[in-house]
Amino acid sequence: MAATVTVQIPTALRVHAGDNAKLELSGGTVGEVLRELSSRFPALGKRLFKADGQLNRYVNVFVNDEDIRFLQNLDTAISAGDGVAIVPAIAGG
Amino acid sequence: MSYGLTAFGALARNEADREETLQEQTRKGFAKALRCKECGTEYALEPRTACDDCLGPVEVAYDYAAMRGRVTRERIEAGPRSLWRYRELLPVSGAPLAGLRSGWTPLVKAERLAAELGIRELYVKDDSANYPTFSYKDRVVSVALTKAIEFGFDTVGCASTGNLAHSVAAHAAACGLRAVIMIPHDLEEGKIVGTLVFGPRLVKIRGNYDDVNRLCSQIADRYRWAIVNVNLRPYYTEGAKTHGFEIAEQLGWRLPKHTVVPVAGGTILPKIWKAYRELVELGLVEDEGPRIHAAQAEGCSPVVRAIEAGFVPFTPQKPRTIARSIAIGSPADGDYAVGAVRDSGGYGAAATDEEILDAVELLARTEGIFTEPAGGTTLAATIKLIRAGRIPKDESVCVCVTGNGLKSIEVQAGRLPEAPVIEAKIDDFAALIEAAGVSAERLAG
Repeated sequence: MAATVTVQIPTALRVHAGDNAKLELSGGTVGEVLRELSSRFPALGKRLFKADGQLNRYVNVFVNDEDIRFLQNLDTAISAGDGVAIVPAIAGG
Repeated sequence: MSYGLTAFGALARNEADREETLQEQTRKGFAKALRCKECGTEYALEPRTACDDCLGPVEVAYDYAAMRGRVTRERIEAGPRSLWRYRELLPVSGAPLAGLRSGWTPLVKAERLAAELGIRELYVKDDSANYPTFSYKDRVVSVALTKAIEFGFDTVGCASTGNLAHSVAAHAAACGLRAVIMIPHDLEEGKIVGTLVFGPRLVKIRGNYDDVNRLCSQIADRYRWAIVNVNLRPYYTEGAKTHGFEIAEQLGWRLPKHTVVPVAGGTILPKIWKAYRELVELGLVEDEGPRIHAAQAEGCSPVVRAIEAGFVPFTPQKPRTIARSIAIGSPADGDYAVGAVRDSGGYGAAATDEEILDAVELLARTEGIFTEPAGGTTLAATIKLIRAGRIPKDESVCVCVTGNGLKSIEVQAGRLPEAPVIEAKIDDFAALIEAAGVSAERLAG
C-alpha cells in the first residue's frame, strides 16, 4: 500500500538530488521509496546503494527517528506522513 | 601511503632551498590531504564529515617520506611534556592552540595487579589523570579545537556520552570559543555538573547516544559550527594516536606485545594501531608484532561480536550497560576497530556489568587508580583474554584506562561497604577495631 512520505536529504548529497533538502515520494516500504528516489536521481542512487542492491554501509536511514537496521531494513513498511531521513554514518565520541 | 616531494621538488633548486622548504614544512606540519578510507578519493585539508563519493570516513594522510630522519626520538624527547611533543605526527598547521598541558599521562608499571593476575609484565596507561578533564578525550579535543581556530570557527560542539562534553566545554572556555553540547538526557550527574560549570549551552536529548549522534549530524549540516566529532572528525581522531605514542615512548621506545583498548565509537583502537605502525614506519620502534585487543561491555558489544564471528561487519545493538561512556550501539568506526584487531592478530572480550565493577575495584585496590566503568571494562576484558590464553602470561600487556571514576561514582557507590560511625572516644574506637579483627600493635604506656 503506497504512502507519501517526506525524505530528508543530507547536505552532502543534495547536489545529487537537484539541490533539494526534502522530497515527497511514494512507496510501501523504505526500499521502494529509496529506489524511486534513485531512479529520479541516478547520481544519488549510486551513492545510496551498492551494486548488489543493499544500502551503502555508510548511509543510515531512519523512519521517524528509528534506525531501519532495528526495524526491517529496506523492507520496513511506511505509512502516510512518516518522516524518512538519510543520514551519513558519522561516528561517536 | 607515502607521498613524494614532487610539489616541493619543482621549487627546491639546491640543498639550501630544500632545507628551508623542509623547515617550512616542519613548521606547517606534514599532513598532505584528507583521503577516503573506503574509495581513496582525496580532499583538501578543510572541515569535512565524509567522502562526497561514497560517504565513507576520511582520514588525514601524511608525507611520511619527508618525516623520516626529521621526526626522531631525540626531537620528540626534546618536545613539551604534553601530547604536543608529537606535533609533527598531528594535522596542525602551526603552533598548538588548545590543550597545551594535555596528554603525557602516567604509564604505570602495575606490579601488584600483575602479581594478582599471574602476569609477568603489566602496564596501565592512565588517562584518568589527563588534564584538564581526566579522560582520553582531552587528546582529541586539543587537536580538534586547534583546527577549529585555524579554520575560523567561533562555535564548537559535540555529541557526547559525557567525557567528550566535559572536555569540549573546558577547552572551549580556555580558548574563548562558544560551545554547544548535546548529550543523552540521563547522563551521570558528575559529567553534567562538570560540563555546565564551564558555561557552554548544554542540551539534553531524549534518547540514547546514537539518537544524539544522528541529531548532531543534522546540526552540523545546518549551522557553521565545528562539531568536533562530525565535521572535524578526521582531525579530531588523530589526537587519539598520542595515547599510543606515549605508551611506546614511556616504555623506552618499545611496543607492548598486547594492548587492550575499550571500544565505544571505534575511534581510539584503530588510532592506537595507526600510532604503532607510524612509529615502526619512521624507524622509531622495532616491529615485534604488537597485538591490539578490543574490550566492550556485554550489554553493548557489536565490535566484539563481529570479531568472534570471524571479523565480519558489525551488527548494531541497542545498548544496555552501566558502562555509559562506551554505550554506543552503532559505532561508525566499528568496522575499522574490527579490522585493526584482525590485522594486528588480536581478539576481543566482553564483560558483564558485574565483572566491570569488580575490575574497577580490583584496579583501585591494587594500584590506587580509580577508573570509570570503561576502564573497568578494559581490565575485565584483559582478565578474560588471559584466561582464554589469548594473552600469554609471560608477554607484556598494556591496559588502556580512558577515564576517571570520580565522574560516575553512582555506579560504584552502592557496592562499597558502609563506614561505621562512632563517638569521638578512644575506647569506642578500640572496641571497634577489636571487633573488626584489625590487628594493631599498641604503643607502651
